[in-house]
Amino acid sequence: MIDPVVMFFLLGIVAGVLRSELRLPVQVYELLSILLLLAIGMKGGMELARQPFLSLVPQMLAVIAMGFALPLLAYPVLLYLGRLPRSDAASIAAHYGSVSVGTFAVVVAYLSARDISYEAYMPVFVVLLEIPAILVGIVLAKGLVSGDSLRRSAHEVLLGKSIVLLVGGLLIGWAAGEEALQGIAPLFFSPFQGLLALFLLEMGLVTASQLGTLRRYGLFLLGFGVLAPVVAAVCGLALAWLLGLSVGGAVVLATLAASASYIAVPAAMRISVPEANPALSLAASLGVTFPFNVVFGIPLYHWLTRHAYAIFGGG
Amino acid sequence: MHQHQRRLLTIVTESAIESHLLRDIQRWGAHGYTITEARGKGARGVREGNWEANRNIRIEVVCDDSTAERIAAGLREHYYDNYAMILYLSDVEVLRPEKF
Repeated sequence: MIDPVVMFFLLGIVAGVLRSELRLPVQVYELLSILLLLAIGMKGGMELARQPFLSLVPQMLAVIAMGFALPLLAYPVLLYLGRLPRSDAASIAAHYGSVSVGTFAVVVAYLSARDISYEAYMPVFVVLLEIPAILVGIVLAKGLVSGDSLRRSAHEVLLGKSIVLLVGGLLIGWAAGEEALQGIAPLFFSPFQGLLALFLLEMGLVTASQLGTLRRYGLFLLGFGVLAPVVAAVCGLALAWLLGLSVGGAVVLATLAASASYIAVPAAMRISVPEANPALSLAASLGVTFPFNVVFGIPLYHWLTRHAYAIFGGG
Repeated sequence: MHQHQRRLLTIVTESAIESHLLRDIQRWGAHGYTITEARGKGARGVREGNWEANRNIRIEVVCDDSTAERIAAGLREHYYDNYAMILYLSDVEVLRPEKF
């Protein structure tokens, strides 16, 4: 049985493919993404308040290392197998090394629908994984560039909507604690799944609009968009096992590794690697990988995790 | 009332580059600008403006002839190759020339 939120996503895709007039007002989409980002941040922050922060530092460093490693794995495949120009290969690698908060929200909803617990400080990993891939992408495209270009990108990313809201939410959740946040819970936490459903409806429409581009760029992107997340998920799963995360935590980390950015990275690449074709990277990350992860990937990563943990022990 | 000739520069481009573009335009001599959200179709496909990476803006600048030339040249040099951008110029009349 697929989750109701995923059904909304499918509805969006179908409506988009059939060229329905349906479209969410831009401001509604903005508000939804703001609410989701803040809710995710605050949930993570509340959990951080319960953990001794220093005990998480080794995990955080390992996750950052993964953020640097994933785009470096993807780049040669795109360059040599996909025969893409250097700038496009670097830009797509950055998209795939970074994360999608939308996908994270779906895996959180997936786990909570099944009563599977996970390490609730995971939103910290979302923040940590968002940035390294962008730096790697810029260096791959331009070589070791002057600090100026990196500084501009850093500004673009660090002060972009998603990082400001996620980090802001984390800090508010951490400083205020669960008790004090009860007052705003009716806006942020109780309707989380409903907000996510609407958000995914719009994402379905956007995904459908990418399918035309995808047809133009052919099979390689399609194959890459499906296989890259699965390989990355296995890396994420292995790391989760090494770090001793629970099954739920491993599913989340695998999904984060598998997900590809479609908001923060496109904006940063547009500024820092302007010669890369944004249609290409978006067709892959939004047209293939996002729907693949939401519909098939997350259940697959859950299945893989259960079996891996059963074989190797843990959880 | 005396009317003064000025140039109206209209740029339609990706909103992703808004902040950089505005900094450059002002560096090249524009005293002000007006921005509106825009949707449309061009050489780089339909830009529906339905989400972040797909949004367009229209920037209008009223300025004197030489500033318009400078901005147009700057855009051609720094932006045309890599960004979805069109630019057109028209003559307008203003009542308060000191503003432009």
